Amino acid sequence: MLKDQDRIFKNLYNDMGSDVASSQKRGDWVNTKEITDKGRDWIINEIKDSQLRGRGGAGFPTGLKWSFAPKEVGSRPHYLVINGDESEPGTCKDRDILRFEPHKLIEGCLITSYAVQAHVCYIYIRGEYFVEGQKLQTAIDEAYEKKLLGKNAAGTGWDLDIYIHYGAGAYICGEETALLESIEGKKGQPRLKPPFPALIGLYGCPTIINNVETIAVVPTILRKGGKWFASLGREKNTGTKIFCISGNVNTPCNVEEEMNIPLKELIEVHAGGVIGGWDNLQAVIPGGSSMPLIPKEKCETLTMDFDSLMAEKSGLGTAGIVVINKDQDIIKCMARIARFYKHESCGQCTPCREGSGWMWRMLERMTKGDATKDEVDMLGDVTNQIAGHTICAFGEGSSWPVQGLLRHFKKEIEKRNNLDPIVQKKNNIPYLVDQHLLDKKNA
Amino acid sequence: MSLRRPAKNQPENFEFNSSSLDAANKIVSKYPDGKQQSAVMALLYIAQRQHANWIPLAAMKYIAKFLDMPYIKVYEVATFYTMYNLSPVGKHFIQVCTTTPCMIRGASKLVEACKEKISENECELSSDKSCSWMEVECLGACVNAPMMQINDDYYEDLDKDKTLKILDQILKGETPKPGSYRGRINNEPENNRKTLMDYKNA
Repeated sequence: MLKDQDRIFKNLYNDMGSDVASSQKRGDWVNTKEITDKGRDWIINEIKDSQLRGRGGAGFPTGLKWSFAPKEVGSRPHYLVINGDESEPGTCKDRDILRFEPHKLIEGCLITSYAVQAHVCYIYIRGEYFVEGQKLQTAIDEAYEKKLLGKNAAGTGWDLDIYIHYGAGAYICGEETALLESIEGKKGQPRLKPPFPALIGLYGCPTIINNVETIAVVPTILRKGGKWFASLGREKNTGTKIFCISGNVNTPCNVEEEMNIPLKELIEVHAGGVIGGWDNLQAVIPGGSSMPLIPKEKCETLTMDFDSLMAEKSGLGTAGIVVINKDQDIIKCMARIARFYKHESCGQCTPCREGSGWMWRMLERMTKGDATKDEVDMLGDVTNQIAGHTICAFGEGSSWPVQGLLRHFKKEIEKRNNLDPIVQKKNNIPYLVDQHLLDKKNA
Repeated sequence: MSLRRPAKNQPENFEFNSSSLDAANKIVSKYPDGKQQSAVMALLYIAQRQHANWIPLAAMKYIAKFLDMPYIKVYEVATFYTMYNLSPVGKHFIQVCTTTPCMIRGASKLVEACKEKISENECELSSDKSCSWMEVECLGACVNAPMMQINDDYYEDLDKDKTLKILDQILKGETPKPGSYRGRINNEPENNRKTLMDYKNA
């Protein structure tokens, strides 16, 4: 288990309060000027050395992302945008940072803004987190009062203004370009990349977009050194991470742990074990709903980091672990996730808009056992038609969980859905949809 | 995508009152000059708060003029985002999360409770027109499942009995206390905390 002194979010359960004074006791805002005095290159190099990877799901190296920002500010100002549109089912880590560790985030915003030369920072918070947003606003107001923001913020000589922008219930706005569209006051429909936001982003200006957790860990990394952060976890999967363990466990919770921690340890030690015992485990969704599930056999030895989960054809995503035990109907669980994606598709690309509803309806029928045998393969085919054929990664996000279900629980679906096709094919002419009409018997 | 339609009965006029106007001007000032369109989402919220929890078409027209942008753009935004209510939902709007993490911990019981206390169907006003309920997608409090949101507040760690009690209070016009209903502190593991113990006891 990670030692308490290595934990970054010491106020994760709000034992100490979230105002400036108590945050300073935890080490925030103590020597912000000393950090910025070391210069932009030092900050970016230190973050590169720490091998910090974005905590929003994709795991893109943060230092590398920052280095994409133009070195000189041209005619267009730079912006920093913080993505707090946490909507991935199974994930609720940013909520705790916003309400209990707001000053880690605000200080991170200041240091990052300095590193990427932004004078304005927008924090995008999902609309449902109104109360959390108000708490962050209180913290921002207090920071302005104490001269930690505004002109010459915290004595660093850098001017920074932070504004909160509320979303309004659209999951897709967690996608970075959709989020920019949303801040610009449009529908949240993702943009084509390239151009990447680091060059053409918000209002057409260079913009760096990071997750709340990514930015909130930055000040601690710079204080303790990139080497310290890199010493936790393993190569390329360093540091600590907030894991959200929900579902059929005895004590669902958020906990900060080292990367590469065994999944079994997380569930048994922190979450109090699976309801009904470890043998009652059916499957685990390891990183928020868009990551393919992992069956029990593999959960025994699985470790939680980006690369080891990738090797299991899944992913760490946002580290929202949903534990599903044998009392649940796994097909129904996935059908509900498919319904989520059907509801949240932005409607821009046809494969996703139509396909997500198609997957949902098929899975609903499969839950009831109303599907025919060949539809199981057809479902797999539909997922392949969506993944990789859309502007943003929502296509993958919606089809991966279904592919995961087919990969590991195909037998279960086939057992329940053994209806014979009503129309038997005799001739196989692939381009002809109504080929059964050729068969005289059926015509 | 979700299908959303404006209500049939629409008021003829809408205007910000003075406090809404102040809030709106403050929000417009957050964005760079000429980019006032960015404020449309926040202004729709302000309209929704002022107008009994829903946004009439007249408000969209008013906001379009206020921000000097085409009406259709405001309409697009209002119909795209699901948190803008396009028809009356009552003073208390109850949203029950039924996505998988909540579902496997018994969100359907919460839905039953809403059906018993408020209305048979979702998005249907209760008999006294004071509240309505609907099933929503993940509200981002998965470790506190099952949970629901009433207006701005989260009610967490629920079961059917607790939900019935909360709804009774709402129907009586009281405001129940938000947060966990199993008495746990925030998102810590209930009676099983093993981390940051020094701070807990401090």
